[in-house]
Amino acid sequence: MTDSRWLADPQVRRGTVITLLVMSLALFGPWLAPHAPTAMVGPVYGPPSASAPLGHDFLGHDLLSRLLSGGLSVLWMSLAAATIALLVGGSLGLLAGFSRRRLDQAISWATDVSLAFPDLILVLLIVSMLGRAPWLIVLTVAIAFTPGVIRLARGSTVAVAGQEFVEAAQMMGYPRWRILFNEILPNILTPLLVHFGNMLTWAVGMLSGLSFLGYGVAPPAADWGLMINENQAGLLVQPWAVLAPALLIGVFAYGTNILAEGIGRVSARIGEKQP
Amino acid sequence: MHEPPLRSPRAPAWLAWFIGRLGYGLLTAWVISLVVFIATQALPSDPARVILGPDAPIESILTLQRQLGLDQPILVQYLRWLGAALRGDLGISLDSQVPVADLLFGRLGHTLALLAGVLALVVPLALVLGVNLALRRDRPLDRWGLSTLILFKATPSFLLAIGLVLLFSMPGMGWLPAVSILDPQQPLWRQLHYLVLPVIALGLSALPYLTRMVRASMIEALESDYVIAARLRGIPERRIVWRHTLPNALTPAIQGVALTLRTLVGGALLAEVIFSYPGIGTALNAAIQVRDLPMIQGIVLVITLAVVLINLLADLFTVLLTPKLRTARRVKMIRRNRRGLRPWWRRVRSAPAQEATHD
Repeated sequence: MTDSRWLADPQVRRGTVITLLVMSLALFGPWLAPHAPTAMVGPVYGPPSASAPLGHDFLGHDLLSRLLSGGLSVLWMSLAAATIALLVGGSLGLLAGFSRRRLDQAISWATDVSLAFPDLILVLLIVSMLGRAPWLIVLTVAIAFTPGVIRLARGSTVAVAGQEFVEAAQMMGYPRWRILFNEILPNILTPLLVHFGNMLTWAVGMLSGLSFLGYGVAPPAADWGLMINENQAGLLVQPWAVLAPALLIGVFAYGTNILAEGIGRVSARIGEKQP
Repeated sequence: MHEPPLRSPRAPAWLAWFIGRLGYGLLTAWVISLVVFIATQALPSDPARVILGPDAPIESILTLQRQLGLDQPILVQYLRWLGAALRGDLGISLDSQVPVADLLFGRLGHTLALLAGVLALVVPLALVLGVNLALRRDRPLDRWGLSTLILFKATPSFLLAIGLVLLFSMPGMGWLPAVSILDPQQPLWRQLHYLVLPVIALGLSALPYLTRMVRASMIEALESDYVIAARLRGIPERRIVWRHTLPNALTPAIQGVALTLRTLVGGALLAEVIFSYPGIGTALNAAIQVRDLPMIQGIVLVITLAVVLINLLADLFTVLLTPKLRTARRVKMIRRNRRGLRPWWRRVRSAPAQEATHD
């Protein structure tokens, strides 16, 4: 498999380590937290001390506990949004690129129209009209990301569909779904994978941005984006309350991004070697 | 046989393409108006209830429904709304009771000034950086530069903005205003120092994409035959780079700028809120907070139509600046890569891709 070649690249390795570290922090953090994220255990904007290594936030919550519990929402929501966009956009793009007629035109045009909405504006529009249930936010972010996936999958499919092995499969009378999933899909998987990494980065940015604006996770719960917003007023007294969640968001986004970059570069190198 | 119809020399070959492209843009604009209307007014959620909140008495909901024309059939509502919007009437803001168009006009100017500032900063910088990195391909400076760019690309843009606010609200850093609350009595050009930090924040997040695009297309162009020919002819390297190669490498950058503008519109919303800059983004945020429906409709409509216009202009410039396309009888739809880096993993396999796309 190509896995060993991917892991040989230092950028891929670095990206994997960073992403896994932040993911496990977000995943297991809620169990490790010394206090409940909503328990007020100290002074408002209390400085770091022995009992609270990062200090307290605007309501006197333990910052470390809140930080440990606040990553899960960003993690699962961004993963879910990027996965839905990948599955839906990937299949639509595959279909459009392979059918190349009316269906292709219809899908491509719908993509063009929806690309006129800047992602954040579209998400804000839907969330402000329909409410801010987590699954709804995930769905709208996925909708915002889907056109990009369709475009990429369609372009890659068109490039692959003209090659001999696809024509051979067509001549042998294979059913369409078999050609799509067995012949074409494996060949367009790498660009889609890279795009998935990029979408993860954007989703982290967008979801934390939404929480920051106050449209994401509802207040008493802990969430990194929300924490930045809540603790802005105490910036000069307790900078950690803003810096720590911002840093974690940044590191998570950075990790997924260099992972995607690395995979893309390695697969380009592999592609160069094969004639 | 008939003679082929004489083309007057004044009707350029790309005109037919442009008319078709314009029609496509108008069609897209119409669909967008439909989507905006459906999302705000026709969805199962009752706008009047959304505006007034869940505990409002039924009489006031009915009154508001009549005010908004919500008691009419949905098609009538849409046609009325569309007709008014075409005449430049976007309704009256529920929050301030002022026509939405008047409110938008000033805000739009502020946002345009912000975006113009970002482009003025980013485009020249991306050109210089991209060309220089391309000339030092795979050397330490190139690698170092690329990894720095990845850092800025990965960091969500609102974090950059917050970082700048943090930095400049520290004691001793007061030489630039950390928040951009403009004085409404004075024209914008007298308060340009308020623009500096938002422009830098947005510019830093837009820079990586454009720089890498210029770098990639420069590398491609520098390996082409005409550059080798020019080198063999002994033309100075500096002249080859800036006069022969760069103009050819720039055409994809036009689409890149269009894409950057589209992402900037979203990023500008967050940046404006963070810096309290009175642009269209803060207006949208405020309108959503108080559920000012006509205002939301107006702002989203203006933003999306602006994106359609940007794409139209970008396509026009691409055709006009590419001799091959300018003179062609039939110009195909321009395929752009609107999202992310120009897919260099695909450029590697571009030979079969080009064969396959000429259907």
